[in-house]
Amino acid sequence: MRKNPGRPRVLLLFIFILTLAAILINLPQLQLLVIKKELSFKRGLDLAGGTSLTYKANMSEIDKDKRIEALNAAKTVIEKRINLFGVSEPLIQTAIGRNDYRIIVELPGVNIGQAKSIIGTTAELSFWEKGATSSAAVLKSKSDLEILFATQSAYPISVLQVLGTNPRKTDLTGRDLSETSVTFNPNTGKPQVQLNFTSDGAKKFADITKRNVNKIVAIVLDDMVIEAPAVNKHILDGNAVITGGFTYDTAKALSTQLNAGALPVPLIPLQQHSIDPTLGSASLQKSLFAGFLGFLIIVIFMIVLYGKLGIAASLALTVYALLVLSIFKMSTLTPYGITLTLSGIAGFILSIGMAVDANILIFERMKEEIRLGKSKELALDLGFLRAWSSIRDSNISTLITSVILYQFGSGIVRGFALVLGIGVLVSMFSAIVVTRTLLRIVYR
Amino acid sequence: MDIIGKKYFYFALSLLIVVPGLISLILYGLNLSIDFTGGTRLTLLFPHKVEKQTISKIRDAILQQKISVSSIETSSRLTFVRTSPMDQNQNTKFLNSLSREFKGVKQTEFETIGPTIGKETTANAIKAVVLASILIVLYITWSFRKIPKPASSWRFGICAIVALIHDVLVVVGIFSLLGHFFKVEIDSLFVVALLTIIGFSVHDTIVVFDRIRENLKRISAVPFATVVNDSILQTLARSLNTSITTLLVLFALYIFGGESTKWFIVALLIGITSGTYSSIFNAAPLLVVWEEWSNKKKFRFARDAKASST
Repeated sequence: MRKNPGRPRVLLLFIFILTLAAILINLPQLQLLVIKKELSFKRGLDLAGGTSLTYKANMSEIDKDKRIEALNAAKTVIEKRINLFGVSEPLIQTAIGRNDYRIIVELPGVNIGQAKSIIGTTAELSFWEKGATSSAAVLKSKSDLEILFATQSAYPISVLQVLGTNPRKTDLTGRDLSETSVTFNPNTGKPQVQLNFTSDGAKKFADITKRNVNKIVAIVLDDMVIEAPAVNKHILDGNAVITGGFTYDTAKALSTQLNAGALPVPLIPLQQHSIDPTLGSASLQKSLFAGFLGFLIIVIFMIVLYGKLGIAASLALTVYALLVLSIFKMSTLTPYGITLTLSGIAGFILSIGMAVDANILIFERMKEEIRLGKSKELALDLGFLRAWSSIRDSNISTLITSVILYQFGSGIVRGFALVLGIGVLVSMFSAIVVTRTLLRIVYR
Repeated sequence: MDIIGKKYFYFALSLLIVVPGLISLILYGLNLSIDFTGGTRLTLLFPHKVEKQTISKIRDAILQQKISVSSIETSSRLTFVRTSPMDQNQNTKFLNSLSREFKGVKQTEFETIGPTIGKETTANAIKAVVLASILIVLYITWSFRKIPKPASSWRFGICAIVALIHDVLVVVGIFSLLGHFFKVEIDSLFVVALLTIIGFSVHDTIVVFDRIRENLKRISAVPFATVVNDSILQTLARSLNTSITTLLVLFALYIFGGESTKWFIVALLIGITSGTYSSIFNAAPLLVVWEEWSNKKKFRFARDAKASST
């Protein structure tokens, strides 16, 4: 039964429109003209430079049924910190294994020292004062020293030195802060962190300062005293300043952490990776050039081997490449943006080679049928028909591989798997629909 | 051209390539990167070419931080250092003491992987390779389920797997040798290459098997070995052309592409060549060998049955 003769023309139109759209999406100047927004590829860390950190949450003090909540709360705190610090396009993910709660952070363009100081610390702020019965920690004898060391581990570092043998943790914590900011000391010009308390916090702070006039109060961050000022007067306005030894960067880091809130669980670093951006862009240039060269080689090869058929295949390949690149670009508009890495580019270039394979299968089949005496049109149909089962089976096995790579891999491996998988699917479309339509038109 | 007739020659050739790799694997194992072992890897860029004294100074600076050094490699201005896990503080102190000696030195890459992640990556890699192989065999078996006698679909699946294992052994064996003699490391990209090779190898094998299936449906009186041989010859053009296009592209990537993916591409080059070879010279002939072997059994069984009934 003859297919509708108008059908190839409709398909051709469809392909033409698709190609046009793909070209639009890929050329920057045209994008701004028509789409009014510049679409760009999302570049992985190995291309853009930056830092990637993986942490494990220490859930030993959290109830089993509250752990996922704690992990998400930690993720939110980290997100806030990163946003406050101003990183463009950060990636923060949680990953839950059987007993394992992780947070993965990727920060393009940020150097690793900065990154860790923003993220890793718990940033629990607490205020300590001298307890009811205490005296200065005067080491009278060896046994005093031993007692000091024994108890010291239970307290934040330096608290005993500063407050004596019975320090007391007050109920004023970082949660009572409404805001912190970095200011500059009017006398020394040095950066300091200004703390503004909430109204409850201000009350607590007023009480503490009232109780401790002319005494020392220790300000503790996580497990270390960062400031031990003597209280001059009773402070009612709910403001305090931490002045000790900050550079602008460290002051900003602390202020950011306090504003975002303390992490509900401590984080243990499992892995970190930082890459200088210049490394990345050089590799990118080279890979793109190599890819283009590879593409050219294939086109020449196909035309030499298969003549006119080769030209059709090359056109189909071009459409294929444009389509895949467009999919990558468009995906950045969705939450499932595909990140381009060096291995991803290698995967894309590889998939061009594989896309050709479907065409070769069909063409070889056609040659055979023609040798057996069939007409060109019949050979075309038979070629596609008979080759289909091979194409389908072999592409499915590559798809299986991609899916498994995606499941078991992380980061770079996943990028490759996605690229390969998309490449296989689009290549099936390009070989079956595009090549066929072009050839049908040619043979009419 | 008679391929099936010379099948034992080709089997021997395969062994020739696989065995040295296997021996190397047993003797030297694999040179695993920190992706699998954990540790720290950093890349230093110096303003001038790196001299021998520089290397020992780097080593000293690291040892000062109480970190043990696994290896230091140089390539003109770049130095690649691998150590036991180094944390942020130690790294900063190391860089400070280094830049006091060598002004203008830059750390372009720093990666630390804790042992937990290292073990995980290893386990995942093995699981992925095994699972992919199993799934693919199952798929082939299912896809070839309607195969007429004398072949059975299980045979196709298993012969494909043997060809696959051959390819994996070739690549892993060669990289074991490379790792021992040229310090080439195996990282997670290598696993990606391995899985891609598995996909390709099967891809190739399926094309040949597909043709065998088709020919078996058409012709029934011709001996199995002849059918397989003809199928191979018919698909030869296609197999070679596809492999050549992919290999050409990979060559372009190797010569002009970036530094960090070079060995990844070498692995692919080796694997795809091996994959094409194994589909033609291992998988298909294996089907024939199996069939001959099971025929001998049937024949002997029938002969014994006849003998005992007389």
